Amino acid sequence: MDATLSIAGSLLAEAASQPAAEAARGTAATLLINLAYLVAAACFIFGLKWLSSPRTARRGNLLSSVGMLIAVVVTLLDRQIVGYTTIIAGLIVGSVVGATLALRVQMTAMPQMVGMLNGFGGLASGSVALAEFLRVYYDAGHDPRLDTLVAIALSALIGMLTFTGSVTAFGKLQGWKIGGKPLSNPLLLPGHHAINILMLLIAVLLGVLITANYQNALWAVILLSALALVLGVMVVTPIGGADMPVVISLMNSYSGLAAMTTGFALDNYCLIITGALVGASGIILTKIMCNAMNRSLLNVVAGGFGQEITAAGDTSAEGKTVRQMDAEEAAMVLEASQKVFVIPGYGMAVAQAQHAVAEMASLLAAKGVEVRFGVHPVAGRMPGHMNVLLAEANVPYEQLADLELNGEMEQCDVALVIGANDVVNPDARRPGSQIAGMPIFDVDKARTVMVCKRSLNPGFAGIENPLFFNDNTVMLFGDAKKMITGIVAELKASK
Amino acid sequence: MIELFTNNFVVFVLAMFIGFEVISKVPATLHTPLMSGSNAISGITIVGALVIAGLHQGVWSHVFGFVAVALAMVNVVGGYLVTDRMLKMFRRK
Repeated sequence: MDATLSIAGSLLAEAASQPAAEAARGTAATLLINLAYLVAAACFIFGLKWLSSPRTARRGNLLSSVGMLIAVVVTLLDRQIVGYTTIIAGLIVGSVVGATLALRVQMTAMPQMVGMLNGFGGLASGSVALAEFLRVYYDAGHDPRLDTLVAIALSALIGMLTFTGSVTAFGKLQGWKIGGKPLSNPLLLPGHHAINILMLLIAVLLGVLITANYQNALWAVILLSALALVLGVMVVTPIGGADMPVVISLMNSYSGLAAMTTGFALDNYCLIITGALVGASGIILTKIMCNAMNRSLLNVVAGGFGQEITAAGDTSAEGKTVRQMDAEEAAMVLEASQKVFVIPGYGMAVAQAQHAVAEMASLLAAKGVEVRFGVHPVAGRMPGHMNVLLAEANVPYEQLADLELNGEMEQCDVALVIGANDVVNPDARRPGSQIAGMPIFDVDKARTVMVCKRSLNPGFAGIENPLFFNDNTVMLFGDAKKMITGIVAELKASK
Repeated sequence: MIELFTNNFVVFVLAMFIGFEVISKVPATLHTPLMSGSNAISGITIVGALVIAGLHQGVWSHVFGFVAVALAMVNVVGGYLVTDRMLKMFRRK
């Protein structure tokens, strides 16, 4: 690994100081700037490398930010820059907005925050590409290279698409409604995919026009940007709320690819390297999310999955009966257990129940109960959502496990499912069911399953969960925070 | 001319390899900070934005420059701060 890094790093260094690139500009300042960009890129790479462990992660983030500072400072030395008023205004406004958002956002709203940042990154890259087009458009007598024009068109397309796609995802996560209907429902127009493909074809055509005859293509650039803005909305609306982890990862990848194409347009190594890193990160996360649902990316992007059904919310579905418990009984059972697995889901985030859950876990641990958390890769609305919430509530990360918990499920006395549904649905093991093949927590194999949930409504995948009707399942009906707080009170009372 | 593009492309492909190599080692528990952290570094587009905003070549360079610098800066400042806020919370027993 380290060897790979150093070999690739030295190749990058060689590429970054290619004599051909230097001859084009050929000043000491350019050399200094390029070398500083290389240092910045190295900081980003090591920053990401240190993210491989929670112990070093914070240091990695700091190193990465130092790299960014270096990149910004040396860019200000660029001799093309003649005035600083617009720069200073932009830096101040952006810093204030960014810091305010970062310091005020609640941990439960992190998917929205990341969604919005993806969108801003895309729009920033798209804007730089458009400005670069205008620069060559107005700069008569200095023809841009063909690949520069291609990169500009691609960057405008990806950047603008990422912006509105992310805004739509933000709206779905934030619970926006359109005409009384939640935006998080999949919305498919008649011929939706055909329209999208048509728009994409037109975009490609416009790209060809721009590269072929850029001097008369200002309208084409504007049309391409507008088309990309519409396409972003159209691509995300069919995708249901439960598939948001895939969308957020995909948009993350696009924001990187937008930066990367902008780097091609500006012949800027730093942008290319960094954009590729972010693009790779988004692709990996997208793949992990799809695997965790046993679905192809195409299937997710095609959408239509995850109709949120507002069916009868009473406690009897088609004559089947369920067993119920209140907080007092649940506390007694939990206390008498030796091994308890907690499986949190999006419902825990919605109810802001993470602190109560953590308190319950530490009370149980104090009574000699072994408590562990099972976090499914797609639990919540973005990769790692549950981990952050539990970290916020001071749950040590060693207590968190993923699907490996299944190996010990038969020795587990109580599997406590809090606001999760599809990730514990035993139907996933039945061939032919809608979620067949999805890796799940086999909680039905535990001695007792407790499901804390507001009602019997199906989850976001819109699929009924036979788990609720099993003989070893008891339902704890109610808001997750209230129910768990109730259990905490009982556990304290019985000290 | 073609050399510049080739250089760019070589750098891109190698960076992609490094990206896959490094990021596939990030554990699931840190996937949210990974995303917000990569948001922050995708704010690197500020490097292009600064040059545009500093050109002072017409209204367009001011408008696009301002928008791009401000948005990229939201990513940089917001991304690093929120990532740090999250990473601070991850602790052992």
